[in-house]
Amino acid sequence: MNRAWDEMIGADGRARGHYRGYSEWLLAQGTERLAAKSAEADALFHRFGITFAVYGQAEGTERLIPFDVVPRVLPHIEWLHLEAGLKQRVSALNAFIADIYDAQDILRAGRIPAELVLCNSQYRPEVQGIGVPQRIYAHIAGIDVIRNADGRFHVLEDNLRVPSGVSYMLEDRRMMMRLFPELFARCQVAPVEHYPEVLLANLTSVAPRGVDNPTVVLLTPGAYNSAYFEHAFLAQQMGIELVEGQDLFVRDDIVYMRTTRGPQRVDVVYRRIDDDFLDPLTFRADSSLGVPGLMAAYRAGTVTIANAIGTGIADDKSIYPYVPEMIRFYLGEEPLVENVPTRVLRDPEDLAYTLAHLDELVVKEVHGAGGYGMLIGPMASREELESFRARIIADPARYIAQPTLALSTCPTLTQAGLAPRHIDLRPFVLSGREITIVPGGLTRVALREGSLVVNSSQGGGSKDTWVLTGAS
Amino acid sequence: MLSRTADHLYWLGRYLERAETVARMLEAEQQLALLPRPAEIAARSRRATLVALGAHEAYDQYAPDGHADVLEFLAFDRGYGGSIVSCIARARENARAVRGAVASEMWETINATWLEMRQLERRKGPERTRALFDHVRQRAHMIRGVTVVAMLRDEAFHFLRLGSFLERADGTVRLLDARSSSTAADPHGEDPHEWTVLLRTLSAFEAYRRLFREAVRPQRVAEMFLLRADVPRSLRRCLIEVRENLRVVANDRSAQTVRIVGSLQAQLEFGDTAELASDRLPAYLTDRIEQLRRIGEGIARDFLVSEAVA
Repeated sequence: MNRAWDEMIGADGRARGHYRGYSEWLLAQGTERLAAKSAEADALFHRFGITFAVYGQAEGTERLIPFDVVPRVLPHIEWLHLEAGLKQRVSALNAFIADIYDAQDILRAGRIPAELVLCNSQYRPEVQGIGVPQRIYAHIAGIDVIRNADGRFHVLEDNLRVPSGVSYMLEDRRMMMRLFPELFARCQVAPVEHYPEVLLANLTSVAPRGVDNPTVVLLTPGAYNSAYFEHAFLAQQMGIELVEGQDLFVRDDIVYMRTTRGPQRVDVVYRRIDDDFLDPLTFRADSSLGVPGLMAAYRAGTVTIANAIGTGIADDKSIYPYVPEMIRFYLGEEPLVENVPTRVLRDPEDLAYTLAHLDELVVKEVHGAGGYGMLIGPMASREELESFRARIIADPARYIAQPTLALSTCPTLTQAGLAPRHIDLRPFVLSGREITIVPGGLTRVALREGSLVVNSSQGGGSKDTWVLTGAS
Repeated sequence: MLSRTADHLYWLGRYLERAETVARMLEAEQQLALLPRPAEIAARSRRATLVALGAHEAYDQYAPDGHADVLEFLAFDRGYGGSIVSCIARARENARAVRGAVASEMWETINATWLEMRQLERRKGPERTRALFDHVRQRAHMIRGVTVVAMLRDEAFHFLRLGSFLERADGTVRLLDARSSSTAADPHGEDPHEWTVLLRTLSAFEAYRRLFREAVRPQRVAEMFLLRADVPRSLRRCLIEVRENLRVVANDRSAQTVRIVGSLQAQLEFGDTAELASDRLPAYLTDRIEQLRRIGEGIARDFLVSEAVA
């Protein structure tokens, strides 16, 4: 395994240029001061209720997503390159989704095996042929990016269904400004707080044609959902109603919400509920979270849903290896930011190579999520390798394999002082009349030493992400 | 606004106010316990408090032999929905459900109230009830302050206030009821100490003196808290506020409820203080509670319960 790239410390053992300002400040602090500030942050997060509920526990059992006070800093010029690559990628992904639910040109051109798309459980025949405003399907995309040992960024995964985490990006920044105001005088950090404004403008711009002053709502599963804080936070920041399924009803193919002054028409629904649970008349009949008849209104074009139904077809792991192909097909360009090199095990050559190098590779289930169902070759025992080998051989099409990445590290406050921990980055890409990316995104950090798993559901935390302005 | 949001805000207002009412009633009991009273009078007073709050059945189930501390029960019992800690927890749940509709500071203040209450719950010993009453009293002022200063005067604000004032009206009447039924059974006549303690726990003793330059008399206290528009928590003042908030949120169904409010207001404005004599007071108060209950039902029907889907 390669030695990981450290975000702050270069090969010469000194702080990289863009980290100098921060690093000088850091040297003047003691670890105790940082630890005290960290405790202060935790108390404040509790006080503000920036927590997530843990399922199945007694009233008010809420946990914090651990927050680390050392920011991850990116130089301006690197960000410009990453931003261009992400815009290109999301543009191609949206073109792909629009194409799949329309003429399917890319399939007819043979650039992607048709059965990977049409037999995919994420493909929604229910929306085949239904157009959407501005042909935008993924209004919000969370693209997970990692930096490899050679210092280059790669896209690890696309999240185009109900991407989450942006509220932590925004609250982490507010917390840092509260804890360390002196740092923001010293370092020129690009602001992020305009995210809700941009999102609202985009959502408003995709309202059904002819609607003046559209009503936008945020549809949440409710206060007991683990991500509820983010739903309430975004609704409040955008100044829109936070609704649950029971607050909406459909009459004559138009969506209304129940208000104190009678029914009010709804034009755009920013939904934080999966496709499966959106409409018991069309999708899962046992869902009590959705709105019966919502799809009828959607088909009639009287309501816009963001992200649109069916985006899952583009963020599936079996489709991921073909994203570079999408960029070439729809944009005629080469990808500016590459995928992680991926072997698709339905391909016999890729399968053979993988089986021969199983202890070096990371193998993932095509339909897995959140870090589960995965083999990390170098860390696996003999038995784990053998049992996984058997699973692969039984059904190779279910798996993809990637080299073990040495995710970059960033200094993180641990029990024993500052130590490097692996991180990734999730920028949030907003698509409307234009594509906008708020500088930075959510940096997730694997808090356990040596761990590569950054998901909050498995013990990950977050850091504030600083993109320095061009002036610095 | 969403009917469900209005419902949460209305109940948020009610639960916060209820917590404060209970805290003040219990504080009065604690202070009365410092006076030299025969044991059966003290027991009768606590029983009157339970009955006035509608908590006597719950208490009897909780402690069939009657030996559990009434104050501890009404302050800390999680099993009883009207205890102080239950009210604060419910208020917080309602606030959390609508945290997007209220100013952030408002949510944070309520959340902090709840977090500190949970710390108090973990304490042991007799000190903790007094600590809880102090906490609730201070926090009630803070939350009211944040509401008035930080909240946009939109429907969210008005439904919150509607719940608060209706509950305060109800609470005032119950506070009077507890004292009046406790002392009505007294063969030695009225006990001015009980009424003085009531005034003090409502921060109204000095006000009484200014209004009536005479010794504390129950009929005067009743007049103060029922009929006078210049007393902030009087029934009359609370109804003025209820009527005003209803006027702002009025829809095409609320006229009947407004009529009930108006008619109760007329009774107070043109009422005869003779009705407040100690022998007639308990029945009078029972009638008022019933009228307030009908107003609450009306509000739920007009604004909060959603219509069936067509």
